[in-house]
Amino acid sequence: MGFILISLIVLIGFTSYFLGSLRAKKLRTSNQKNLTSLNHYYGYYVALWAVVPALLILLMITSFKSFFIEQYVLSDFIALGSYTETELSLLFTQIENTALGIKLFDENTILIDDAVNKLNYINKTIENLTYVTVLGLSGLLVLYSLININYKLNSRKIVEKFLLVLYFTCSLVAIMTTVGIIFSLLYETLRFFSQVPITDFLFGLNWSPQRVFVRDAGDLDTRDLANAFGAVPLFAGTFLIALIAMCVSVPVGLLTAIYMSEYASPKVRDWAKPIIEILAGIPTVVYGFFAALTVAPLVRDIGQGAGLTVSSESALAAGFVMGIMIIPFISSLSDDVIKSVPQSLREGSYAMGATKRETIVKVLLPAALPGIVGSFLLAVSRAIGETMIVVMAAGLNAKLTANPLDAATTITTQIVVILIGDQEFDSPKTQSAFALGLTLFVVTLALNFIALQVVKKYTERYD
Amino acid sequence: MKNIKIKADNLNVHYGDKQALFDVSMHMEEKEVTALIGPSGCGKSTFIRCLNRMNDVIDICKVQGKIEIDGNNIYAPSMQVEQLRERVGMVFQKPNPFPKTIFENVAYGPRIHGIAENKSDLEEIVVNSLKKAALFDEVKDRLNDAGTGLSGGQQQRLCIARAISVNPDIILMDEPCSALDPIATARIEELMGELKTEYTIIIVTHSMQQAARVSSRTGFFHLGKLVEVDKTETIFSNPSDQRTQDYITGRFG
Repeated sequence: MGFILISLIVLIGFTSYFLGSLRAKKLRTSNQKNLTSLNHYYGYYVALWAVVPALLILLMITSFKSFFIEQYVLSDFIALGSYTETELSLLFTQIENTALGIKLFDENTILIDDAVNKLNYINKTIENLTYVTVLGLSGLLVLYSLININYKLNSRKIVEKFLLVLYFTCSLVAIMTTVGIIFSLLYETLRFFSQVPITDFLFGLNWSPQRVFVRDAGDLDTRDLANAFGAVPLFAGTFLIALIAMCVSVPVGLLTAIYMSEYASPKVRDWAKPIIEILAGIPTVVYGFFAALTVAPLVRDIGQGAGLTVSSESALAAGFVMGIMIIPFISSLSDDVIKSVPQSLREGSYAMGATKRETIVKVLLPAALPGIVGSFLLAVSRAIGETMIVVMAAGLNAKLTANPLDAATTITTQIVVILIGDQEFDSPKTQSAFALGLTLFVVTLALNFIALQVVKKYTERYD
Repeated sequence: MKNIKIKADNLNVHYGDKQALFDVSMHMEEKEVTALIGPSGCGKSTFIRCLNRMNDVIDICKVQGKIEIDGNNIYAPSMQVEQLRERVGMVFQKPNPFPKTIFENVAYGPRIHGIAENKSDLEEIVVNSLKKAALFDEVKDRLNDAGTGLSGGQQQRLCIARAISVNPDIILMDEPCSALDPIATARIEELMGELKTEYTIIIVTHSMQQAARVSSRTGFFHLGKLVEVDKTETIFSNPSDQRTQDYITGRFG
């Protein structure tokens, strides 16, 4: 029914646009006085009245409908008072299935048959009511707004104001999503911290959340929880892998940027830059394959050849591949920043008899430094948030180690591990994922914020 | 007549397919100010940029002909561009101090050319250059402040100090006052008068009054050709070419 109804509303919208314009035209020709806006603005004005309230009402009906239907259909069962909330919702699913002709249970009671009838009846009624309300409202408002068109009505202003509200609402969607995510993280995190002290989480050295399930939850005391949820090994692993990634991507990315901005001929730039930027577009799972199947064994073989003990999943392999992945972040941004250093500074340096290398090292890089640092910080926050490569190539073992040849794990990986499979959402193990998520969020947010500030400071310099 | 410092011989310059200079031949005298005037796009900036080979930076630019400084062809294959530019300093239209401190701006040239033997040497060079550029008194208490924080006129004098820090023979000035107010312009012109006792100065300018005030010889460029070059008084009082006459009397340009 939704599709037909919405099509009808749209149709009314188009029709009313023409009606509005037509009426404005008539008013203009029948009288000497001037209207405040162009004809088509009156069209928009009427069309907005026709469409927007109708859609809002429709939205309201659809969002409250299911709750109302459920209450109505289950009223007999609720009256019995012997069902829990979960049972009621299961029951409702059964009724819905029966209404669709799917019979999962043979022993349908009279009550259920009765409820099925009720369901069919209420669905039909609500559908009819919706049609009448929405279309009636739409029609009435079209009439109202058509009558409303006169010389004093500034429809242009009204339409512009509506657009303003629309733009604002759209931006609000993004903002509200962010706020919503933060609050849901915060809520679960606080529940987690009510069971595990925040200091134990932030400074504990032992991460083994599965221990919580070894024994019955009732036997646990807080000391066990504290021992299970020390996140330092995860922070250390994240830091280690991000550090390895930066060791790869900073020199390669920066030198690429210098080559692209200062040495490459336009021809080379034209084909090389897009290819480098493709690196950022490769799905991280593919990097994961690459890390797990190619780089990790290679690292292991080389390490063993040199007489070192290397686990087959190593932080080095994951960090290396991650470093390759974030090269374009650094090279592309730094390239732009170096290129945007005014040509006059290059000329000033050349005119002093400086060589190209001296000009780059002594003038261009210092001038572009804030922007370059900004690109590093963005790359770091990308590296810290990266999950797939680490899951596939660095292992899941939360060991506190600074040895890059050892297996390591990161915050993101542990979140994945914790939330895969059937979980009870009120166990501390599951909630710890939210605490980790919030930590990660705060860290990347801080990095992004610093990066933006640094870049901003840079852009102010030449204005 | 003074010694001839720079001599250009049948200079032709192309930017891609477009020819910017046609058979320009002229000379500049040592320790004098030579002004190059002419309407926009006449090739005077192109010409001055040939004198320290700044056009090398532009890929599509091709220079044919000969420019001799002290009798050596600067376009000869054996010529080291870096050494040439050490001897031929340049000041640009828009002040372009590096985003470094005032001290570091002036110390840049001596550092890359290894002129100063030690730190006190370097400090002496910086102070002397700033003094010669008539800037020292204004900035002596804040040598470690950013050079970009100075006023436009001060920035341009900083650029002049930077140019003379490596003790060049020649200073090229490409419309050095066009971004400055009249007072700052007057200071730079005054400075040029002092500098010409030590340096050969070539200045490109839009302002005929400026050319008349500062230079002893003036060349008039039009459509890529050097129309006329002579003593400044002669150019402004009794030019031999009708186009020069028209330009200096404001009939075009």
